[in-house]
Formats: sequence, C-alpha cells, structure tokens
Amino acid sequence: MVKKQEIIKAESRNFNFFYADGTHALKDINVPLYEKRITALIGPSGCGKSTFLRSFNRMHDLYPGNKYQGKIILNPDDTNILDKKVDAIEVRMRISMVFQKPNPFPKSIYENVAYGLRVRGENNKRMLDDKVEEALKGASLWNEVKDRLPDLAFNLSGGQQQRLCIARALATDPEIMLFDEPTSALDPIATVNIEELMSELKKKLTILIVTHNMQQAARISDYTAYMYLGKMIEFDETDIIFTNPSKKETEDYITGKFG
Amino acid sequence: MKKNNLPENKNLDLIRALIIKHKKNDHIFAGIGFFVIASLAVALLVLFLDLLINGYPKINLEFFSNFPSRKPEMAGILSAWMGSALVLFVTFFVAVPIGVAAGIYLEEYAKKGWFADLIEINVSNLAGVPSIIYGLLALGLFVYEFGMGQSILTAGLTLSLLMLPIVIVSTREAIRGIPVHIREAAFAVGATKWQVTWHHVIQYAMGGVLTGIIIGMARAIGETAPVITIGALTFIAFLPPSPVTEVAPFINFDWLDAGFTVLPIQMFNWISRPEHAFHINAAATGAVIIMLTLLMNGVAIKLRYNIRKKIKW
Ligand SMILES: Nc1ncnc2c1ncn2[C@@H]1O[C@H](COP(=O)(O)OP(=O)(O)O)[C@@H](O)[C@H]1O
Ligand SMILES: [Mg+2]
Repeated sequence: MVKKQEIIKAESRNFNFFYADGTHALKDINVPLYEKRITALIGPSGCGKSTFLRSFNRMHDLYPGNKYQGKIILNPDDTNILDKKVDAIEVRMRISMVFQKPNPFPKSIYENVAYGLRVRGENNKRMLDDKVEEALKGASLWNEVKDRLPDLAFNLSGGQQQRLCIARALATDPEIMLFDEPTSALDPIATVNIEELMSELKKKLTILIVTHNMQQAARISDYTAYMYLGKMIEFDETDIIFTNPSKKETEDYITGKFG
Repeated sequence: MKKNNLPENKNLDLIRALIIKHKKNDHIFAGIGFFVIASLAVALLVLFLDLLINGYPKINLEFFSNFPSRKPEMAGILSAWMGSALVLFVTFFVAVPIGVAAGIYLEEYAKKGWFADLIEINVSNLAGVPSIIYGLLALGLFVYEFGMGQSILTAGLTLSLLMLPIVIVSTREAIRGIPVHIREAAFAVGATKWQVTWHHVIQYAMGGVLTGIIIGMARAIGETAPVITIGALTFIAFLPPSPVTEVAPFINFDWLDAGFTVLPIQMFNWISRPEHAFHINAAATGAVIIMLTLLMNGVAIKLRYNIRKKIKW
C-alpha cells in the first residue's frame, strides 16, 4: 500500500523501551519514516507516543536508568541512532525537536534561534545573522519579529513562541523534525498557522508528529501510526487509516467508539 | 415575589451559612498571622530606633574616620569598618566561587544516591551549626595547624565557612526552580551538559544565587562569636597595609596577615566599658551594622527583581 517511490529516512526495528522504574513503555515497534513526508502518531493518552518520539533524539538519555532495545536506523548512512557508540549529541544535531508547550529560553528572540548554532561553536556574526533570518523566515515568523530581534522571547504570543521554537529547531538544518503535540497549548488560529507551516517544512525535511487531535492527523499527515498500550497497532497511509483501516481497534479509535 | 415558577432551592440558606462559617476561619487565621508579624516588626523597629536615638549624636563623618580612643568623644570606628570590609572581601571571594560550584555540582553532576543524600543532609545541618563552633574549628585549623595567625585571612576563611552552606543551599534551590522543559530545549539542539550549565543553568539561577550571597554576607557582617574565638583584637589603632600600592604591581596581599577588628567586636568592646559615653558609641555602631544589613538586603531584593524581570517560563 506504500507508494513505491517512497524513500525510508528512518526506521524503528523491533524497538522496545523501558523506563528506569521498569515500565515497559514500548513493545516491538516497527515503523518507517518516509523522506519528506509527515508521519503522525495517534492513540489514547499514555499509549507511548511521546516515549517513542523522544527516542528519536535520545531524550531519554538525560535520565539515568532508561533502556532502549532494538534499533532506530537513520539513513542514508544506516546508523543505528540508539547504539551506545553513537553520541546522543550527534543524534540531536541531526534530529531536532519541538515540544508540546512552547519553551523558548528566557533570552532574546535572536539568541533563541541562534542557540543551536552557538552550541556548534558558530560565532561569526554575519553567518549567524543570515541563519537566524533564514530560520525565522522558514518558520514564517520573520515579518512579525524582524524589528524586535533583541526583545525577550517570552513577550511573544503563544503561537509566535511556538514558531520561534520551530525556528530554533530549524536553524541547524536538521534532517528530521519531531513535534510532540505542538499545537495542544495554542488557540485555533495559531494552530492553523503551525499546520500550514509543517506542510511547508516537509518540502525540505522529514517530520514525525504526535497529536491527539485526529482531525489534525488527517489534515496534515501522509502516514499515520495508531498506537495502543505501547504497541503499534496499525501503520498506513493516512487516507487508509482514516477511511478503511484494517484493524478493528484502529477503526474503533478513529470512529470515537473508544478512547 | 417569585418571577418564575421554578421550584425553590431549599438548600440555599444552608450553603450560605456554611460559606460564612468557612470564611470565618480565613479571617481568624489572617488575624493571628497579622498579629504575629506586626509584633515582630514592631519589636525590631523599636530596637533599631533605640540604637539610632541613643547613637544619633555620634553618627557623623568623624565617627567613621577616627580610630578608637580612650576618650569616648574622640573614638571612631575606622579600624572596625575597614576590618569588616576586608574580612568580608576575603569571605566573598572564597565562599562564592566554592559555594556556587558546589551547588552546581551537587545539583547537576553528582550521582543521586546515598552519598549525595549524606552530603545534602550535612550541608543543611551546617547552616544550622552555632557560629562559635566554626570559630573553634578555625582556631584549631587555621590559626594553629596552618599557622595563619589571628589575621584577616583567618577571619575571612572562618566566615566563609559560615557562609558556604547558605550559598550552596540557595544555589541548589535556584537551580531546582529551572523548569525541565527549558533544560530539555537546550539539550534538544545538541548542547552538552557543560553548555547547558554555563549558558542556561547558571544564568537563570543567578537571581536566587545573588540573594543567597547577600543574605550570607549580611549574616557574616554581624557575626561576633567566631571572630572573637579566633582572637580578633578588641582595641586597634592602626590600619592594615593597603591592598593597593603606588608602585608596581599596585596590589599587595600583606593585609591578609594583619591583625584586625570588626564592627560587632568594636561594639561589644564599648558596651563592656563602664562609662556611659562609650555606650553611645556602641549604640551608634549597632545602628551602623543594622543599616548595612538593611542596605545589603535592599540591594539583594533589587537585584533579584531586576533579574527575575528578564526571566519567565
Ligand atoms: N518518566 C517515566 N517513568 C516511568 N514511566 C513513564 C515515564 N514517562 C511516561 N511513563 C509511562 O509510559 C507510558 C507512555 O507514556 P507517554 O509516552 O507519555 O504517553 P503518550 O505521550 O502517548 O500520552 C505511560 O504509561 C506512562 O505512564
Ligand atoms: Mg505525550
């Protein structure tokens, strides 16, 4: 059912995840992320969507005792990003993330966007200026903030803050961007802006998004994975998942009989 | 007169009575709280005013520029405030870097476990140890063991022991106040642990750290017992060698070895004199100490306010 011309950008293979307290949060997950496509993760709350998403940039490494098992392969170099020999920082430099609640640093708009570059040791003013502008344009925020780059980021509205976080994640030219319910804290208009932005972004990069809003998944994603209790129940093209799912559980969830 | 024919809510009176009863508890608690705070504030104010009124005739420029003297009307606090300033200078430069670094290490780097818990309990307890104990420790360790004498350096180090737990605890608390999602945001763009600490943790914790530093300094300035224990002089009519010199290299550290006195000791010394005129000097010194403490607290509040204004999550 997957169109032939799709290229696999990343893929989880028999992936299991255990939290430090022993919770077996993800069970044998096999999901591909196709290049320049948006893949949506849906499922009832607590089913493991965030846990799965955060595995892609090794966020779980920040807390001792968490354990990955299996692989997440990143192409074109066929790297298993969960491998202990692969530095988590290298992974985060290739795969960036936007969080549920806008979380700009309490610094200026400019410094927020530039931070990923500063971390890489970039200090050339011209270079930074160019990159910041490019990222803000990419996040459709440039026109709103170009005259107030030195202002503190938290003076922006919630929707602007979230686009600033997208610009921050974009400034370092990531190959994949992860979004964990990026619009759940935003009003409907800001939500539409972010959704349009994502459709624009997928021309350049691969996107994995967690959403508990099924209309959102249906509107913006190309592929959808339905998860339940730490298991991947069904993965398919979004149209198929929403019109003709092959699993009864998926259908029940989609039609609102459950969840 | 009913405007409609909905059934009457029979519980309404009951609900209202209940609310009134519960609100009464609010008022009682607020009343007690206000009474307690007000009596404390009044007591403090009376003490301060008493010192100020008694010492008022002495509080002038000469009081600050005169050495102590046998004649009370000539006596001043020059050597005492100089001593306090130099001692606090040492305290600051020892306690702040070590305290902040220790706080960061404990909060960010140390592995959580029984060892960290042990250190945690110890640090909190240290903050509550009577200051004279620090004095005894310093007397044994700095004065006799290390042979540092009854000097400004010894006093500065002693007071920095006293100040360390305050700085460590306030640093840790300030760090704990930084939300997880801000840290994760920094890690998510590929920052290393050190970069997160340096670019974010320290910056955002600075308000709380500064408050701790100034509260610690304000405490150190009034400390008497440990400074007496290590043997500060009680009568001193000379100044330590100047820290800045007219010839290269323009700074010198001889003052660290000098004998000294500090404000609270000077005050204590005058109080124990029989002549009433010296008691006026003591009151004036007390007023100066309290004003310095208030000033430092004021600066702390202002700094914290300025920093907090720039930080919101
Ligand atoms: N830090 C943690 N430690 C232990 N269990 C956790 C932790 N975080 C989440 N979980 C558990 O893992 C499961 C998946 O959580 P999560 O990925 O946050 O779900 P979702 O994002 O789909 O709502 C839940 O059962 C949750 O209770
Ligand atoms: Mg979640």
